[in-house]
Amino acid sequence: MIVTLEDVRHIARLARLAFDEEELLAMRGEMEALLSHFSRIDTLDTSLVPPTTSVLPLANVLREDTPHLGLSHEDALQNAPEQEGGFFRIRTFLEDAFPRVPALQGSERIPAKT
Amino acid sequence: MPKPTIGLEVHVQLRTDSKMFCACPMEFGAEPNTRVCPVCLALPGSLPVLNRVALESTIALGLALHCHITPFSQFHRKNYFYPDLPKGYQISQYDLPLASDGYLTLPKESIAASFKKVGIIRVHMEEDTAKSIHGASLAHNVGYALLDFNRSGVPLLEVVSAPDLESPEEASAYLVELRAILRTLGISSGNMEEGALRCDVNISLDRGTRAEVKNLNSFRAVRKALEYEFQRQCERVERGEAVLLETRHWDEAKGVTIPGRSKEEAEDYRYFPEPDLLPLEIDVRWVEQVHRSLPELPEGRRERLASLGLHPSEAITLAHNPELACFFDGALEVGAPPKETANWLLGEVQRILHAGGKSLEETPLTPVRLAELLRLIQQGVISSKGGKALLEVMLTSDRPPAELVEALGLAQVSDPVQIRLWVQEAIAANPKQSEQYRQGKEALLAFFAGQVMKKSFGNANPELLDRILKEELQATA
Repeated sequence: MIVTLEDVRHIARLARLAFDEEELLAMRGEMEALLSHFSRIDTLDTSLVPPTTSVLPLANVLREDTPHLGLSHEDALQNAPEQEGGFFRIRTFLEDAFPRVPALQGSERIPAKT
Repeated sequence: MPKPTIGLEVHVQLRTDSKMFCACPMEFGAEPNTRVCPVCLALPGSLPVLNRVALESTIALGLALHCHITPFSQFHRKNYFYPDLPKGYQISQYDLPLASDGYLTLPKESIAASFKKVGIIRVHMEEDTAKSIHGASLAHNVGYALLDFNRSGVPLLEVVSAPDLESPEEASAYLVELRAILRTLGISSGNMEEGALRCDVNISLDRGTRAEVKNLNSFRAVRKALEYEFQRQCERVERGEAVLLETRHWDEAKGVTIPGRSKEEAEDYRYFPEPDLLPLEIDVRWVEQVHRSLPELPEGRRERLASLGLHPSEAITLAHNPELACFFDGALEVGAPPKETANWLLGEVQRILHAGGKSLEETPLTPVRLAELLRLIQQGVISSKGGKALLEVMLTSDRPPAELVEALGLAQVSDPVQIRLWVQEAIAANPKQSEQYRQGKEALLAFFAGQVMKKSFGNANPELLDRILKEELQATA
């Protein structure tokens, strides 16, 4: 299993994590170790096992369409870092639209490890 | 001239009582963050459970669109970071959409029975995101966004059409038809202004590279954006430039599409099966049960109405307005004639409602009462003109129509003796005109009819009047 540095960079970007070169190399090693561990599963013969998405012998667990009020307005907002007029208030990254994958930079850089 | 190829992706908010995966009430316009719970706020440890009505609504729409309903389905997580999606993923469907491979038929104005089939690739379930209000609309909040989670977890269906549409008009007709189906099924308000119907379009020239235009929130925006985008792509091709695979945004104010997120940063949603939700097994019996509960759909309805002798445009209008269609059918059930009912319901009734800014449900007019009005006209108790005056009052009063006819003095006079008397008076009072008529100025017949109508306060039976007037004018010769 080969994980390239570009793979690590891509996944880090999707996870909004910023790594320096040293961290990228370390992550590559860790990811390779993980994947090679999982690759052992591929050696098992699963030809007689149907594809499974849930291990529980259940399907169609449904809820009737009956409304109940959930959290009070106060409780809902209680942990909001900022609020205004009953809304959660957050910092935007751009004026017009949030980019889905913004480049992390400067003060926004999140350390990969502590 | 190149031809546009258009496909639509429509997001439909369902009109259930509670959200998709939690019991929070659905209420458009509620105070922000007052219809929320741990599930739709993505608090740790909360578990989603699927709403039965949302599922059955999806099956119903799938059937209405002639789709195959999958016997086995499940949810996936679509992973991406965005402030309106606190879980970091949207619960959606990926390779096992609930319904697939169907079609929708478009009516043609001229012949209600002539259709174009538009393929439906898939219908799948997902959840809506929170609503964000951006700083730009709040001067003191530039650089901030405000989030309302009332919309988070609202049941959403994504309906993906095949690229079978060939003009902006067809795209618009497709949306109108889809909305009619949703409203007839009663599963969505289909209201674009409230965001219950949201549309992304894909357009290419002669099936070349396509561009996607996102978030078109009115019928007009869909048509305008497609017209603009078709023009833009044609001009590129004329200049020898390639059309780029990209996502563009519609700028309503400027009337142009502008490039958005570039697709070179390929979307990487890392879909995987949602472990918090169990799979769905939908057996044939369940599908049949939903099928039996389906109401008459627009396609069948417009055919039936056209077969009753209605003009195709009337049949289409009624098929697109389920409430009106039910009203129409209600009047027919108590014996009202189809053509006249359609005529009055779509003509005079709409005109008065429109002028007063009211909807039919806000008035005391019922199918039975409309049928009574039509009967009064048919029986000659009131004239057609008197009927209009009566209708005006019946839209605000619930008194019996016959009583109103009396009270308003609308009863048509069909007594030949009385009419002959008025006619004789009119002729006696206008000897000059009567002489001119006899000399061949037949247009004066209308003048005399007018004189008699004045005397009768508009209530003289017009056919009788015409006959007696001719007799008397000849007789005085």
